[in-house]
Amino acid sequence: MMKNSNKEQHNMNKWFTSGSPWIWLSAGGVSISLISVLGLLWLIASKGLSYFWPADIYEFKSINDQGVPTTVIGEIYDREFIPATQLAHTSIKLEPGQETVERLLVKTGNRELVSLDFRWILEPEIQSTATPEDLVVIERRTNGNFYGYIDSLILDGEEVDLARLPELLERVDNFQEQIEELQSTHIGAINYKIERTRLKERKYKLDNELTDELAKELNADVDALKAEYQVLEKELMALRDEVARDQLVVTAMDGQKVTINFEHILKVTYNNRLNVWDKFVTFLDQITAFLVDDPREANTEGGVFPAIFGTVLMVLLMTVIVSPFGVVAAIYLHEYAGKNAFTKLLRIAVINLAGVPSIVYGVFGLGFFVYMVGGSLDNLFYPETLPSPTFGTPGVLWSAITLAILTLPVVIVSTEEGLARIPSAMRHGSLALGATKAETLWRIILPIASPAIMTGIILAIARAAGEVAPLMLVGVVKMAPNLPLDGNFPFLHLDRKFMHLGFHIYDVGFQSPNVEAARPLVYATALLLVTIIIGLNMTAVSVRNKLREKYRMLEH
Amino acid sequence: MALAFKSSGTRQFKNSLAKWLITLGGISVLFTLVLIFMYLLYVIKPVFDSAKVEQTSQIVLNSNSETLSTGVDELKEVAYQINSLGDITFYRLIDNNGSKAGSEIFSQSLIEGDADILHIADSGIAYKLLVDSNNNNLVVAPKFRAVYTADNREIIARIDYPLGEDPLVIDEDNESLSNIAFGMNTEKTVFVASTIDGRLIKTSFIAEDDFDYDSAYEAIYQEIEFYSKNIGQILITPDLSLAFVQNGNKVAVFDISDEEEVTLKAEINPKANITSMALLSGSSSILIGDDKGHISQWFEVASESGRDFQKIRSFNNSNGEAVTKIYTEQFRKSFYAITSTGIADIFYTTSEAQLWNGAIANKVPDAFAISPRADAIVTVSENKLTVLSVHNEHPEVTWSALWNEVWYEGYAEPEYIWQSTSGSDDFEAKFSLVPISFGTIKAAFYAMLFAVPIALTAAIYTAYFMTPGLRKKVKPTIELMEALPTVILGFLAGLWLAPIIEIYLPAIFLMVIFLPLSILVAAFIWFKLPRDIKIKIPETLAPVILIPVVLLAVYAAFALSPVLETHMFGGDVRQYVTNELGIDFDQRNALVVGIAMGFAVIPTIFTMAEDAIFSVPRHLTSGSLALGATQWQTLIKVVLLTASPGIFSALMMGLGRAVGETMIVLMATGNTPILDWSIFQGMRTLAANIAVEMPESEVGSSHYRILFLAAFVLFVFTFVVNTLAEFVRQRLRDKYSSL
Repeated sequence: MMKNSNKEQHNMNKWFTSGSPWIWLSAGGVSISLISVLGLLWLIASKGLSYFWPADIYEFKSINDQGVPTTVIGEIYDREFIPATQLAHTSIKLEPGQETVERLLVKTGNRELVSLDFRWILEPEIQSTATPEDLVVIERRTNGNFYGYIDSLILDGEEVDLARLPELLERVDNFQEQIEELQSTHIGAINYKIERTRLKERKYKLDNELTDELAKELNADVDALKAEYQVLEKELMALRDEVARDQLVVTAMDGQKVTINFEHILKVTYNNRLNVWDKFVTFLDQITAFLVDDPREANTEGGVFPAIFGTVLMVLLMTVIVSPFGVVAAIYLHEYAGKNAFTKLLRIAVINLAGVPSIVYGVFGLGFFVYMVGGSLDNLFYPETLPSPTFGTPGVLWSAITLAILTLPVVIVSTEEGLARIPSAMRHGSLALGATKAETLWRIILPIASPAIMTGIILAIARAAGEVAPLMLVGVVKMAPNLPLDGNFPFLHLDRKFMHLGFHIYDVGFQSPNVEAARPLVYATALLLVTIIIGLNMTAVSVRNKLREKYRMLEH
Repeated sequence: MALAFKSSGTRQFKNSLAKWLITLGGISVLFTLVLIFMYLLYVIKPVFDSAKVEQTSQIVLNSNSETLSTGVDELKEVAYQINSLGDITFYRLIDNNGSKAGSEIFSQSLIEGDADILHIADSGIAYKLLVDSNNNNLVVAPKFRAVYTADNREIIARIDYPLGEDPLVIDEDNESLSNIAFGMNTEKTVFVASTIDGRLIKTSFIAEDDFDYDSAYEAIYQEIEFYSKNIGQILITPDLSLAFVQNGNKVAVFDISDEEEVTLKAEINPKANITSMALLSGSSSILIGDDKGHISQWFEVASESGRDFQKIRSFNNSNGEAVTKIYTEQFRKSFYAITSTGIADIFYTTSEAQLWNGAIANKVPDAFAISPRADAIVTVSENKLTVLSVHNEHPEVTWSALWNEVWYEGYAEPEYIWQSTSGSDDFEAKFSLVPISFGTIKAAFYAMLFAVPIALTAAIYTAYFMTPGLRKKVKPTIELMEALPTVILGFLAGLWLAPIIEIYLPAIFLMVIFLPLSILVAAFIWFKLPRDIKIKIPETLAPVILIPVVLLAVYAAFALSPVLETHMFGGDVRQYVTNELGIDFDQRNALVVGIAMGFAVIPTIFTMAEDAIFSVPRHLTSGSLALGATQWQTLIKVVLLTASPGIFSALMMGLGRAVGETMIVLMATGNTPILDWSIFQGMRTLAANIAVEMPESEVGSSHYRILFLAAFVLFVFTFVVNTLAEFVRQRLRDKYSSL
């Protein structure tokens, strides 16, 4: 027995001295890292996607601790267990020995009837749970979702059969589209033109070129535009009347009847009647709507189209700026720079540009580009709009330039790596055939290095798309009234502020009045952003790997 | 082919053009960095500039009698003088509309008959109380209004009588007043005066409506019980709550807020010969000047014996002469101390800075006034009115005020405080960079605490023990983390992780024990496995084998958490921490930040450390192994030792990233600037502070420039860290290539 345990002891010692436990511990580091990366991605994906999946609508009948029966209708939003001790003061009867109690967070919607969209119900209070097929969820333009039963459908003041609901909804949809078109495109254009005319007048005045004739001409322009506006406004009013013709009468969970006008209704779905395939179709519909719709209700509902658009436009502008500079700097470093102290200094500068906190770029961009450069531009070219600034205020151009500086090292490092992998024999061959250095670069080196340059640019885009801190200072806003690109001359408005996916996450998740209600949308936005960025990174990595393979072949 | 047709001249030209353009492009990188550095400095510099005072205009006055009071409008275009005959005269300071600078605009007599004015007392910048030799009193307010015409601006001056044009009865007995102070707001005017017959009186005029529209009032007369033959200067705070009465070399403080009774609140004894007194802006502090050139600041401090006046700090003027006059600015804590030889010293109290000193006249000026925007002073002496412009935009900021403890008004002791804005108007901004720098270090510390063990162990294993096939998959996966936008990490930390940690707090600490323990147990079980199974699942698969083990350990920690909570912490850890341990608990605390920012830092450290370890030359390890060392011994004694500079630079880079990270700290902490190492409390970092406050700071203000300074501090810190890391890495690379 003794001997056996001695042997065991010896075994243990051997195990320890071999270092195996430490090796396993360090392997644990790898496992934890892997779990956290994959877990994080899984968390975002599952939470983000479940936002689009149509949930069942439940009807809970319960009796609260005063003995009053209540009905709660809504989607189950969250479940959690709380220690039973926290319920000691209530009259709820618990099983003996029960340590925790489950409670459900139910999204009840109907914001006009109850002050909170969410409600906690304790599991022991629930008497019955059902998912009646007649329950509908009505998505609305204001006040969020409505959950309840449809009572009747009213067409122009008269009750009609419920079967006509889809037809009436489609009719309103068409009108809403027309209203949207009128408002944002036509009326927007007229307002923009009137504003331009006013500025033109002011500019003439400042230059002392405003003659009576000119003033008359400009006034006539404005009058013509105003007349046009009147016509459109009438049209708009007529459409609004059409939209507001029909109503839906619904019964809420507490038995109250509510009349919802069609002008507020976006969509009516019987979630509990959907089978898996229907749900999948709805799921895809919801994703599409999320991608192409404008946000509603202070960004907490609806889509994120302006944010996607703003991010893409800003990143494209940035790419146009950063690519030439980054590539040229990399070429200089690898092909032209000598091995001297100055080159070392340059390399340290590149490393430091990569290491400087992004917020510092934001501060620099705000002070230098926005106030100094932008302010000077305004004084020189836009004196007519002063004191309201044109370029002397945060905007998409300054954001793009600021992020271009931020991502410059990414392009430089990646391009230089590509250049370094090109065998020097190729350069020598070209030079030996009589080509100048510039020709060698342009015709031999750059074409071969182009995938590396692409990799750099893609990585820069990925970095820029996820960067938020500097943008908060130099151009991003929570709600931009106009896109930076539209149908009004000069089409691309570089001075405008824009919306951004990353900032959208921060803003909706932390600054919105109803964080709880907005959270699923934030997860969905996060999923979208992560998908874009991970996708870009994967592309960059695969391009780089293919390139490495190619060079390896070149070397042999 | 195309090449052949071009002349060699054009080709050479193109070649050298390309060379120059590319060189320029390369240098522009360095230029950008230098530009950022210089621009930040350019914005910060004015904060540390000392004040500048220079004469802008001087005009000769028309009257020969003594000047008692003066003043200037906000735009410094019109100045006035009140002389001892009771005439007020307005003068132009600049050429305007055809009239020359120095010309008189209008003059008017303020008092009736041939009396002389004895004293003029001020309340704020506009209101002046005139006391004349006939014992008639009058409150006047010279007012200015700018009128804009097509291409010109004209300042129109007028005189208001807020309490009416009839003489005011301040003493019921109509005795002559020897010293008087008054203060007024729109509802009430209070006079405190000493009479020739030795009484100290307080008189209040309560407005029937509002003194801005209607001068009707009701007078209340009170006598203050105070016996003294040495009553000197009297001061009343603008909020009409306290009166300071100089009594020889002591100062009596009276509470005058009550209409029924005036009480002696405190007595200040500066133990010096008082030569002058003044109230600092904000009405909490009194400044007392003495004959040795000292000026001391006193305010009420809550101490064990209740609230009493304490000497907070003192200033010495530049020549040690008696301080004859002290003038204070209306909105800032600056003051001017003037000696009998006409030397003025400008001080700022809170930053304890002497901003300027120099001669403004040959003797004490007859009259002295600070312009409404505090950007100029007006002095009258020897019948000349002189305007001196004062460039003093950022008196509150000094290097020592930014980094040392400062004793602010109303605080019990000197403290480090960052509080840049507040709702109230007479708020004094408090700019100490210490709490936010501390917050930065705290956040970085907890992030490194979390990240370093995981990142380094992962790097060691991946570089040294992992099979190439697995490494090819694992490395990019972990590096993928670097691509994750920090706004997403911050959002998850703030809205997902923080509530989980709050509920399952014990689980987090259990995990610290469970994770290593479970890994060791798994390792031992594998060690004990029969040989044929070991061959099927080799040790090289350890990271894969450990994934379920780690997951199980995490699950166990979370499952045990409520049990532990019920049995050890009375059902609620949060309450236990707050009540039993006495530690404040924020939901968004350093623990959350540490974990979230740790995730952001792991890939940085991992990638660089892995590279450093992986590129240790193979022959070194082979040699060690051939001499009989185990894998582990080789790793510790050879590989890590060789790669240690690389690992160091990886850690430095990680630190640089943690220090500058904005979004995670912004979203995962409460952003309260406190000085506390507690893991259960939040912090505010330099970067988050910039993100929060920059959008609402006024361009060019002290606040704006200090935020630039914060950015500069971050820039310099990361510059040093990155350069050091890069330097070490270069050295290491050279060493490897020589091996």
